[in-house]
Amino acid sequence: MTAAPTGIGARVKRTEDQRFLTGRGRYVDDLALARPTYAYFLRSPHAHAKIRSIDTAAAAAMPGVVRIFTGKDTAEAKVGSLICGWVVKDKDGNPHKAPGHPPIAIDTVRYVGDTVAMVVAETASQARDAAEAIKVDYQVQPACVDLARALDKGAAQVHPEAPGNLCYDWEIGVKADVEAAFAKAAHVTKLDLVNNRLIPNAMEPRAAAADYDAGTGQYTLWSTSQNPHVLRLILSAFVLGIPEHKLRVVAPDVGGGFGSKIFCYADETLVVWAAPRVGRPIKWTAERNESFQTDAHGRDHVTHAELALDKDGKFLALKVETIANMGSYLSTFSTAVPTYLYATLLAGQYTTPLIYANVKAAFTHTAPVDAYRGAGRPEATFVIESIVSKAAAELKIDPAELRRRNFIPSTAFPYQTPVALQYDSGNYPPIIDEATKVSDYKGFEGRRAEAKSRGKLRGIGFSSYIEACGLAPSQVIGQLGGGVGQWEAAQIRFNPTGNVQVLTGSHSHGQGHETTFAQIVSDKLGVPLEQIEVVHGDTATTPFGMGSYGSRSLAVGGSAIMKAADKIIAKGKKIAAHLLEASVADIAFENGTFKVAGTDKAVPLGQVVFAAYVPHNYPITEVEPGMDENAFYDPANFVYPAGTQVCEVEIDPETGTTEIVSFTAIDDFGNIINPMIVEGQVHGGIVQGVGQALLENAVYDKSSGQLISGSFMDYTMPRADDVPSFKVGYKVTPCPHNPLGVKGCGEAGAIAAPAAVMNAVRDALGPLGVRDVPMPATPLAVWQTIQGAQRKAAE
Amino acid sequence: MYDFAYHRAKSAADATALLKGKSEGRAMAGGMTLIPTLKQRLARPSDVVDLAGAKDLAGIKAEGGGLTIGAMTRHGAVATSTEVKSTIPALASLAGHIGDPQVRNRGTIGGSVANNDPAADYPAAVLALGATINTTTRKIAADQFFKGLFETALGEGELITSISFPKPEKAAYVKFPNPASRYAMVGVFVAKTAGGVRVAVTGAGPGVFRVKAMEDALAKNFSSAAIKDIKVPTDGLNSDIHGSAEYRAHLVGVMARRAVDAASK
Ligand SMILES: Cc1cc2nc3c(=O)[nH]c(=O)nc-3n(C[C@H](O)[C@H](O)[C@H](O)COP(=O)(O)OP(=O)(O)OC[C@H]3O[C@@H](n4cnc5c(N)ncnc54)[C@H](O)[C@@H]3O)c2cc1C
Repeated sequence: MTAAPTGIGARVKRTEDQRFLTGRGRYVDDLALARPTYAYFLRSPHAHAKIRSIDTAAAAAMPGVVRIFTGKDTAEAKVGSLICGWVVKDKDGNPHKAPGHPPIAIDTVRYVGDTVAMVVAETASQARDAAEAIKVDYQVQPACVDLARALDKGAAQVHPEAPGNLCYDWEIGVKADVEAAFAKAAHVTKLDLVNNRLIPNAMEPRAAAADYDAGTGQYTLWSTSQNPHVLRLILSAFVLGIPEHKLRVVAPDVGGGFGSKIFCYADETLVVWAAPRVGRPIKWTAERNESFQTDAHGRDHVTHAELALDKDGKFLALKVETIANMGSYLSTFSTAVPTYLYATLLAGQYTTPLIYANVKAAFTHTAPVDAYRGAGRPEATFVIESIVSKAAAELKIDPAELRRRNFIPSTAFPYQTPVALQYDSGNYPPIIDEATKVSDYKGFEGRRAEAKSRGKLRGIGFSSYIEACGLAPSQVIGQLGGGVGQWEAAQIRFNPTGNVQVLTGSHSHGQGHETTFAQIVSDKLGVPLEQIEVVHGDTATTPFGMGSYGSRSLAVGGSAIMKAADKIIAKGKKIAAHLLEASVADIAFENGTFKVAGTDKAVPLGQVVFAAYVPHNYPITEVEPGMDENAFYDPANFVYPAGTQVCEVEIDPETGTTEIVSFTAIDDFGNIINPMIVEGQVHGGIVQGVGQALLENAVYDKSSGQLISGSFMDYTMPRADDVPSFKVGYKVTPCPHNPLGVKGCGEAGAIAAPAAVMNAVRDALGPLGVRDVPMPATPLAVWQTIQGAQRKAAE
Repeated sequence: MYDFAYHRAKSAADATALLKGKSEGRAMAGGMTLIPTLKQRLARPSDVVDLAGAKDLAGIKAEGGGLTIGAMTRHGAVATSTEVKSTIPALASLAGHIGDPQVRNRGTIGGSVANNDPAADYPAAVLALGATINTTTRKIAADQFFKGLFETALGEGELITSISFPKPEKAAYVKFPNPASRYAMVGVFVAKTAGGVRVAVTGAGPGVFRVKAMEDALAKNFSSAAIKDIKVPTDGLNSDIHGSAEYRAHLVGVMARRAVDAASK
């Protein structure tokens, strides 16, 4: 591939930013609908209560009220349950417990924020006024909130269908083999971790607007979705029973998702369902406090892990026990996150030959928990990279050295891990070498001493992560219980005048696909960037796509575009052969021009396209007119980005404040299409990871189940001044099985950073005798940890 | 928000007249606290009287060696005022660390002090500097003004018109921000004035308070060493997910020492 200034590898400025930065983005809430109505959802103020009765009479009489719906209405209309699309089988082969999830609670509410009624009115404010006048008689019940106790005897029960609050008890690996290895170990490192619960907080809150055309029976839903086709499939085939072709889902500009907009929620379901009943379009936009309460949350694990090492520090076996929070109801992909996206990653970058993991998923009276940037892989990385650094500290082996000793050698790829995945490619030692160089690891002890002279505790931490992304081979997903295929679709449609529409099943909600995908097409077909338009997010216009999550858009969606481009070239060659009076075998395509090899006879692609639409001089008996090709791409394997991050912190022991003074990230994302966009993804990911490590924490009151961190006044989002300027770099081992040689970059930062930061914090506090610090390492947590260590030292 | 009648006042007198007889009437300064409260439906005023057009309420004046700052003076104006920076630099610096630029361009000293949020910064300065709160009906000394959680000595319909600060000999404010809101989790304003040393703490308790033990120690020896061993009792201090009462009590000591050091520079 040749490197044109706008082609693959170029730092092209994001073409979509012009409209975003000038306020011309078009989001769901911007939509102007004729005679709109507005929905407001009355939500449960209790974590667990029986609904004795609901009285809507006074509310229905309020000004502007159009309709009020309760669980009685949806139950009578036989609205289906919201679904979980991934079946996880427990140790005994039984499918996970799947209690129903009615879009409006019928007789029981199960978390603060559970939907109790839907009010539709002439204005959003009137809908809310009326909702306040609805009288709900709740009989408050004890709530199960504390994950660590959720599976205990006597815990309040969330669903009768899931006794003991157990959704599944799942395992991977052979426990007996692992135990045998532990018996022979020279050293065992043990670790208890809590992976703190996070709230996604996309900048644009979730929104939905629906319209029903009684003339055609056609529904349209505008939704803040990362995957409009998947949403259509769930709503039509599983929940509402609308024929799929009668439901159009449009996801216009979407302001961030981070996973939280993958899922099918009650809100959009109800807006679609109610549209024909109201007879007018309905709009709903979440208020920020609703986002806090009802967006699917992320992470939330309690884990005990043990690592067995031989006398040389080689890893012999890893054993992990995790309780994962599912929340009150199973969100769309919730069951897969702590199993197939978590335990299968526990080999990390290492040759650990034996791994056993047991995951118990628990129901609690909290918001549903599902995929959030990284989904399972940050949790796995946090376990592995924490325990490896702890082992290094215990054995007094340099943490970089211990990692090097255990890396999978570059000659071992493709590498079969003991936890199902086969890594396709990678070369880890040069990455950590570069990371130690860029972070001046050698000079660290000098900096630690200098910090000490100022009364500060300085620490350094590593995190060498692996991730499996680019979801992924459909066959494997199916074998693991996934309910959908995981290919991607693309269509390249030339117009007669030579400009191009690229229709993709991926969805951009901040990632910059309009630029990256156009660069691929520009590079491959030699069409100037300005003549390429990337179209996504509308089931009526784009080919069926699986959407964007799991860092799959480029590796899978981009590969589909490559395949479609190959078809364009193949067809173009036939037309060019006719125009140039040569044989197809002699036609070569280069820089946007078809040439007869070894001659100066050539015809540009634009002319070939024109001939395809105005086929006056055309091989019409062999080739169809038009230049419009589509392709589906199902990958052969996941892609496996990997890298090493090095974080350096300084802690003020008087206040417990942690400052990140330096942060290095060296990643292998395979080939890079647009380095500027990739850096943006890495920066954003690291900031989210730093957020988890030091700042963000979703806290529910342990007895009442109220969300204490329910606004930005209490939920600490990272700000620009919380992070230093990052040092990022790349090492490239191209992916061997996709046509672009690319791996994903969207989640890497968030996957690796929590462990890097926490290892640095632990290292800083190590001299005080501290071995672990709770995450997030807030000033309070660090101060309390220091106090505890000082008390212990004084004893 | 619920519906209310909106009025624009041209002066303090006009505002007082507009509020008269309206038991559910509320003055609005920059709306930085009031508007979020309305949006969350936590308040239901019948009338809102906007003070933005009351020219007589804004502005910074040098007076009697100190400063008089109009109630409607925005935090940004205090932070950047050369008058404030030269007379009471600690006050300019305090204002410059309130919220973010948007908040500083809307929020006002009168609104902040009238609201008496237990985590607000200004009350610490007002109390430590021994300022006087001038209202539409009287003058109130700082020690008599702040009454506990969101409560002040202001009567119904009484508005703050300005606040007069005497010039201190030395002063500094050091704040430990709440990680999420960045209001003060603990903020300590230390001032050495003609009337003695005053130490005022915000964020730690249900309202701004003075620490007598520190004031006495500093009066004898204005150095951070002098208060090294003074512990603030944890009784009555706030405790939440960001800080326990013990942590806040500890931070009062740390912030006080840092403020003394900063004031001594
Ligand atoms: C995002 C954010 C961050 C913030 N961070 C900080 C921070 O770090 N530190 C801090 O100290 N503050 C902080 N604040 C508060 C801010 O400083 C404002 O000063 C405060 O919200 C008051 O706002 P206002 O002046 O606009 O008053 P309004 O919101 O308009 O009024 C507040 C109250 O005071 C009353 N009132 C207003 N003016 C008068 C008057 N002249 N006389 C009598 N009563 C009056 C009103 O009736 C109302 O009850 C923050 C606010 C926001 C929104």
